[in-house]
Amino acid sequence: MHNPQLNANGELSHLLSIEGLPRDVIVHILDTASSFLKVSARDVKKVPLLRGKSVFNVFFENSTRTRTTFEIAAKRLSADVINLDVTRSSTAKGETLLDTVDNLVAMHADMFVVRHAASGAPYLLASHLRRIGRDDVHVVNAGDGRHAHPTQGLLDMYTIRHYKKDFSNLVVAIVGDILHSRVARSDIKALTTLGAAEVRAIGPETLLPTEIKKMGVRVCHDMADGLRDCDVVIMLRLQNERMNGTLLPSAREYFHCYGLTQEKLRLARPDAIVMHPGPMNRGVEIDSDVADGPQAVILPQVTFGIAVRMAVMGILAGN
Amino acid sequence: MTTNPMPAIELPDAEIQCAQLAELIRPELRPDTLLVGIHSGGVWVARRLQRLLDLDTEIGLIDVSFYRDDYRAKGLHARVKPSSIPFDVEERPLILVDDVLYTGRTTRAAINELFDYGRPASIQLAVLVDRGHRQLPICANYCPWKVVLDPSQELVLSTDADDRLTWSLAEHA
Repeated sequence: MHNPQLNANGELSHLLSIEGLPRDVIVHILDTASSFLKVSARDVKKVPLLRGKSVFNVFFENSTRTRTTFEIAAKRLSADVINLDVTRSSTAKGETLLDTVDNLVAMHADMFVVRHAASGAPYLLASHLRRIGRDDVHVVNAGDGRHAHPTQGLLDMYTIRHYKKDFSNLVVAIVGDILHSRVARSDIKALTTLGAAEVRAIGPETLLPTEIKKMGVRVCHDMADGLRDCDVVIMLRLQNERMNGTLLPSAREYFHCYGLTQEKLRLARPDAIVMHPGPMNRGVEIDSDVADGPQAVILPQVTFGIAVRMAVMGILAGN
Repeated sequence: MTTNPMPAIELPDAEIQCAQLAELIRPELRPDTLLVGIHSGGVWVARRLQRLLDLDTEIGLIDVSFYRDDYRAKGLHARVKPSSIPFDVEERPLILVDDVLYTGRTTRAAINELFDYGRPASIQLAVLVDRGHRQLPICANYCPWKVVLDPSQELVLSTDADDRLTWSLAEHA
């Protein structure tokens, strides 16, 4: 079967999803990221790898943080970065996604970092580039609909590997709004590919997708049951807009059942780490004592995220 | 490129060459000199020089993958090792150590990377062998072995089971 992410030589040409990525490609990205981590700690935080390349951040959906981390990563690789606020310009004027892309290719873009509310938009873009014979232009998915957020998944794997070294004995709990979370989907795919012993999905019935069991995870509706003896706890952001619907009674009720407190965290292993993709809602999905506590690795995740995005762009641009 | 087999050359003992290299460096060594080895062969040689010259400072390790000029052709395939310069290079005399000096492009990349850590007082180059065919104006300050090899030949330094450095010569098709 044709894998749209790989070129004819089996090398990574676009990063669209963790699904379909061979294990050795994931490991190569993580290994490369550890070299880039050192670059960001230097006096001159820059390597000349992408000198003269143009990276276009094309965000059809707002996300200051993700866009900024991609921008920092590209700049540390010496690329020229162009941020396009397409929601307020071309799209608002009625231009289609592919027309926007064709225009940017005509401006000699080398790489697109794309976020789109529609699942599959980065795939559409990658297959369009192939069709017009521009396989030399690369696409990075920075989040598409509810589908995938592969760089977040990869940086989560980098974080876990950094603290836990090996995946084979790990029990990882993912807690919260898995239904709407592209991060959760990417994490589950990555954890299964890397051979984690057990992945648990914890949340209320209304926030777990019906197909979740097919993804090879253990479903827990009870937080205590799900956290017991786990090595890694990944908390997901509860999007405020979900509160207004019929999915949840109230933020307070949610915190009572699924918010991570020190007391609940004690059920996990004593050396368990707590992760969160940010931005956090303190007092909704995570208590401040935990977020600022010794087991939280939420800020290191941000630092690792730059190195992982540098690795992804560095590898793509060379293929 | 010739299709005739190249005349066999006798490959010297690389461990003896490390000792020779150390003796070449010794008279020029300053108390604040720092060694920086280029991955991977250069790091092996730098570790030996550190021992032979009785240096108590750590050595720096450098992987030039992010600075190479053939990235466009080769990409980032090989496993990249993190560069580690565990000292302040500012105003210090550095000796860059590599196993083979060939086109000079690796040396160029390494010098560029070193300058991203600061401004060294000087950078010298120590190699086990200069095999000719330079493409840049670069020469070694310390070098115990000079030989001209055909571009179809590849001189490879490796470590054997007893951790001894040995040379081998490969022919490209």
